[in-house]
Amino acid sequence: MAQITLKSLAHTYSANPKGPEDYAIREMQHVWEQGGAYALLGPSGCGKSTLLNIISGLLEPSDGDILFDDTRVNKLKPEQRNIAQVFQFPVVYDTMTVFENLAFPLRNIGVPEHKVKSKVYEVAEVLELTEQLNRKAKGLSADQKQKVSMGRGLVRDDVSAILFDEPLTVIDPQLKWKLRRKLKQIHKQFNTTMVYVTHDQLEASTFADKIALMFEGQIVQFGTPRELFESPKHTFVGYFIGSPGMNFITPELTDRGLEFEGQLMPVADKMVAHLRQSGITNIKLGIRPEFVHVWTEANDDAFEVTIQDIEDLGTYRIMSFRFGSIPMKARLHEDQKVPDKKARVSFPEQWLKVYADEYLLELPHE
Amino acid sequence: MNKIESNKGWLFVLPVFIVVAFSAVIPLMTVVNYSVQDVFDANTRFFTGTEWYRTMLNDPQLQGALVRQFIFSFTILAIEVPLGILVALMMPKKGWQASLSLVLVSLPLLIPLNVVGTIWQIFTRTDIGLMGWGIRELGYAYNISRNSGDAWATIILMDVWHWTPLIALLCYSGLRAIPEAYYQAARIDRASRWAVFRYIQLPKLTNVLVIGVLIRFMDSFMIYAEPFVLTGGGPGSSTTFLSQALTAMAIGQFDLGPAAAFSIIYFLIILAVSFVFYTTIMHMQKDKTTQKTGDS
Repeated sequence: MAQITLKSLAHTYSANPKGPEDYAIREMQHVWEQGGAYALLGPSGCGKSTLLNIISGLLEPSDGDILFDDTRVNKLKPEQRNIAQVFQFPVVYDTMTVFENLAFPLRNIGVPEHKVKSKVYEVAEVLELTEQLNRKAKGLSADQKQKVSMGRGLVRDDVSAILFDEPLTVIDPQLKWKLRRKLKQIHKQFNTTMVYVTHDQLEASTFADKIALMFEGQIVQFGTPRELFESPKHTFVGYFIGSPGMNFITPELTDRGLEFEGQLMPVADKMVAHLRQSGITNIKLGIRPEFVHVWTEANDDAFEVTIQDIEDLGTYRIMSFRFGSIPMKARLHEDQKVPDKKARVSFPEQWLKVYADEYLLELPHE
Repeated sequence: MNKIESNKGWLFVLPVFIVVAFSAVIPLMTVVNYSVQDVFDANTRFFTGTEWYRTMLNDPQLQGALVRQFIFSFTILAIEVPLGILVALMMPKKGWQASLSLVLVSLPLLIPLNVVGTIWQIFTRTDIGLMGWGIRELGYAYNISRNSGDAWATIILMDVWHWTPLIALLCYSGLRAIPEAYYQAARIDRASRWAVFRYIQLPKLTNVLVIGVLIRFMDSFMIYAEPFVLTGGGPGSSTTFLSQALTAMAIGQFDLGPAAAFSIIYFLIILAVSFVFYTTIMHMQKDKTTQKTGDS
């Protein structure tokens, strides 16, 4: 049981890095608190597996420190760190039975046999593997094998954290859901710190209390799934989280305010003043399809847009439309009526986010 | 299904059928023919039935060769398999060292069989051969043409040198196929080096090892050129293995009938052992699939 702190941590695979683009992990400060259920979310190649391997000790970071509680563990090997890791593909010891597989980490550290037995039975009970205990691991199905891999992480009492590296990739969709729930239940029962790497936002938000979203070797936002959804701190978060992702437009700063193709955007005066003052040139406005308001009748705040397509996704519909020259999307309720070609939409001020140099711009509340 | 009776498609099979007939069936049938007859010349021959077979099975010379053959094959398997695994485990995994060691290890495999015999024949000479001379200098009266123990040891050493690389290469490819996650998981589970070998590497090598053992068994059971060149089967007949005994009988003494009968017996022994191996492999794989389907 431990709190994991990443202090000015960075990692590069190259021997003499020239710039930040040579780093798989760019300098970051981060704390995983003891007992939390975290997800590390990001697209392929964003450095999330690298970060996970640094935490587990399979990789030594090139810069900065990693602390377990107050101990610096940079140089410690995985076996010395008391960490458990579950890999993308189930790793079981084929020739052993399920029981022997689960007992393996305990027997390796010389735990007395009666304790091994009680612990293995306890974990097998939780994972619903009791009936398979005497079977050879080789003949198990993929999800059972993955449960065995998880079980090997759970049998040790002293484990500091359990790391999951996209553990449900090879599992059937139906069982995925079951296993995810099982994980959540295990987390409650054992209260171990868990870090779950995935590129699937649904998996991340169902498992984790807090999600760390990675992009280009950095954690661009760390927060609850709701925070990531409602106020993305980076344009990438807006684009990556949500289905479909956030709509972005690039407005111009004029005398009237923020304008997009001649239309004035509903942005607070204070914000406009701040933008004028700071001289930022890379400004983007983002709004989630869920928050785009679609009107049936003409309205002072509404802009007229051209509807291109309406996609029915069962419980909701996605309306694709063109706002000026930019394609955008809005989410409609099942029974919401929309006109044929032209629609009127408005962007509520509170949901229209301003991004300066790709990062969310927020003015301090008074 | 409607099957067309006069199918011209059969004509396409004909060339293959002819090739197989000439390459395998006809020569084999010739041997069968000789094994049941006593042939004096083109016009004089007698049908002998199973007589040659009975004579051969009771021939002390051939019985001796057969026993020596089994001892030889199992000895070299017992050495080459563990040694091959060991070599494969020690070979570098990446970089130029990996390529270099692959080339070096596979060199003996590229040398023609009788050249191997010649190399070792010179190598073990006590006057100009490095090994023979060296052992003499160390104070042991090494002599492969007098001492049958020396001859045996040398032939086994030669075969180990020649064929261990095959097992090593097979195992090396098997080891490379093990995903890195297995080793990482083992480290996290704090498995010892021995446990990694016993529970990860060895189980994953089973399939290539079965192939390796099968090939090495068949090949060593048919060994001819190397001992023939190195010791000529001596001293006495202490290193005369089956194929050499057979050749001596068929070509040296021109006893075609008994030689043919023995060829058939020889062939059946190899066939029987290979069959046992084959069914064992099939059985193992069948076990796997039934267990898998039993789950889902």
